[in-house]
Amino acid sequence: MPKTSDLMDQVKRTQVWRSLFRHDIPRDERGRAQVVLTNIFLHLHPVRTPKSGIRVRYTWCMGGLTFFIFMVEVVTGIMLMFYYRPTLEYAYTDIIDLGEQVPLGIMREIHRWGAHLMIITVWLHMLRVFMTGSYKPPREFNWAIGVILLLLTLMLSFTGYLLPWDQLAIWAITVGSNMARATPFLGHEGPGAAFLKIGDVGLVHAGNDARFGLLAGRFVGEGALLRFYVLHCLAIPFIATILMAVHFWRVRKDGGISGPM
Amino acid sequence: MEAFKSLINWLSAPEKLIGLSTVFVLVGLRTRQLWTNLAGLIGLVAFVVFFLFSFQDPNFRIIVTKPDNVPIVLLFLFVGFFMWLSMKQAWENDERIAAGGEPIEKSEYKEKVLTWPHLVYIELICLVLMTVGLLLWSILIQAPLEEPANPAKTPNPSKAPWYFLGLQEMLVYYDPWIAGVVLPTLVIVGLMAIPYIDRNTKGAGYYTFKERPFAITVFMFGFVVLWVALIVIGTFLRGPNWNFFGPYEYWDGHKLEALVNVNLSEFIYVKWMGTGLPQFWLVREVWGLILVALYFVLPPPILARTLFKDFYKQLGIERYSILVMFFLCMVALPVKMMLRWFFNLKYIVAIPEYFLNV
Ligand code: HEM
Repeated sequence: MPKTSDLMDQVKRTQVWRSLFRHDIPRDERGRAQVVLTNIFLHLHPVRTPKSGIRVRYTWCMGGLTFFIFMVEVVTGIMLMFYYRPTLEYAYTDIIDLGEQVPLGIMREIHRWGAHLMIITVWLHMLRVFMTGSYKPPREFNWAIGVILLLLTLMLSFTGYLLPWDQLAIWAITVGSNMARATPFLGHEGPGAAFLKIGDVGLVHAGNDARFGLLAGRFVGEGALLRFYVLHCLAIPFIATILMAVHFWRVRKDGGISGPM
Repeated sequence: MEAFKSLINWLSAPEKLIGLSTVFVLVGLRTRQLWTNLAGLIGLVAFVVFFLFSFQDPNFRIIVTKPDNVPIVLLFLFVGFFMWLSMKQAWENDERIAAGGEPIEKSEYKEKVLTWPHLVYIELICLVLMTVGLLLWSILIQAPLEEPANPAKTPNPSKAPWYFLGLQEMLVYYDPWIAGVVLPTLVIVGLMAIPYIDRNTKGAGYYTFKERPFAITVFMFGFVVLWVALIVIGTFLRGPNWNFFGPYEYWDGHKLEALVNVNLSEFIYVKWMGTGLPQFWLVREVWGLILVALYFVLPPPILARTLFKDFYKQLGIERYSILVMFFLCMVALPVKMMLRWFFNLKYIVAIPEYFLNV
């Protein structure tokens, strides 16, 4: 009967194991450095971190949690996309089926409450960064990236809110998008729009103003549903992913987690 | 009990709630010593108990347990807790600095630890805890689904998603072009501008209040009062027709509120001069326009010589101007609110001909 440690040694000598892991089990300093350096996910981190920076009471882990919730949303969102069709005919009934027919019918709950939670964690992350003064040089630009990420998080949630196509959805989006009608110069009820005209013909009206562009129509209908679906599932996550990559890159390039100089 | 409930109802009217939360922030930041310890936590717990206790009231229960309103309750608790946590550390650091020492983070910042295992494990624990929380939440509370969309049937009240309700609440005081377009733009641009206007090099990378009191006070006022408190009002205290209802009040759809708000031009031409409104809009609104212009032109030089003297010296004219402009825009919110509460003023400038109401 071979001892387990011998067995482990044998496994570790196999070609398969060695092709998977480019380092020893991280028991000593060298292995622990290598595991961070050679793993694509872990290498978002530096090999060594200031002790103040890993304190939960310093970062509250809020940025990390926000990122993690984003990934939860991506995974659950993809699952929802298998069942959901963004048309007036099917959208609502597909949502009902998601809860009643589909195995593991909790994905919609995780996705919805995760979205709410992400908004809260983004705000708290911003509060943390502010309270530790971490936006000060050299991190000014990363703070600005963060503000855009905050905006994108809100837009993700807002566009998703319409998709169930129930009363809650269309009226919340109606109230929200009505604001676009009042955009200065670009909305047909906005200040200044009346000046934009050729002769007597106004250039900005309900059929071409900012709200029309947002909703692909004069009210929240089929066009808006498709537009919000594409924004929600593709366009905004795409931009947010790129900006998150930039955000993390800059955290490292700006000198790692902030601390007193 | 009933008397207590009506007291709370009375206190939660927008003018009192906004006033109280402002006092809460301003006084709270000055009296940090009193609550940045166990007492603060006990206060938070007491609030939770009070909250749970309120569940006995059916009207309170209906509105707070609406599935989409649960996050706001969470937000409220988290903001309270993390405010406490950050101010507690700020207090401890300020004490150390005052005694000639340095902030806690300083010595620890020089000490490096291996990311694996130290940081990775902490992240894992946070992540697991959060996953458990999110799963429990998802199992316990079903995602809401109301009747199928019906463009012909407008619900009353119609509300935007909760995170925009602070802006929707501002619609009471400002027209959509300000509350819905200009204001959010200013918030975004203003936030991005912070690192470029706040040139105070102290307090970077550690918690402190004493070394940056102005920055923290303004940010707290913006976040707690103008964002979170307005969301709470918009969500929990605004019922049919956007009328105010206390937390223990029944949302009566037939409640009528007298519309007594008056424009500045009506004050001037009708009430004071008794001549009636002039026909031409520019003549009618010239006073309001002057007033708005003065609001943005007068305070900057005055503040530069008084309250903001040090900023002016430190920042130079460009940065100082940007700082004051954002500051004045922010202060314009409570100013307009107070004009409404105390004088029933509707618009300072009312040019509906061009959708330009301020
Ligand atoms: C989708 C949203 C966001 C994600 C996923 C994210 C993620 C992160 C992560 C993982 C960190 C590392 C340190 C930490 O966990 O605290 C970080 C740092 C930082 N974040 Fe974010 N963030 C987001 C939004 C924001 C927002 C809204 C702001 C500010 C307005 C912001 C500003 C910063 C800054 C300045 C740092 C450097 C902090 C330091 O070095 O102490 N981020 N972010």
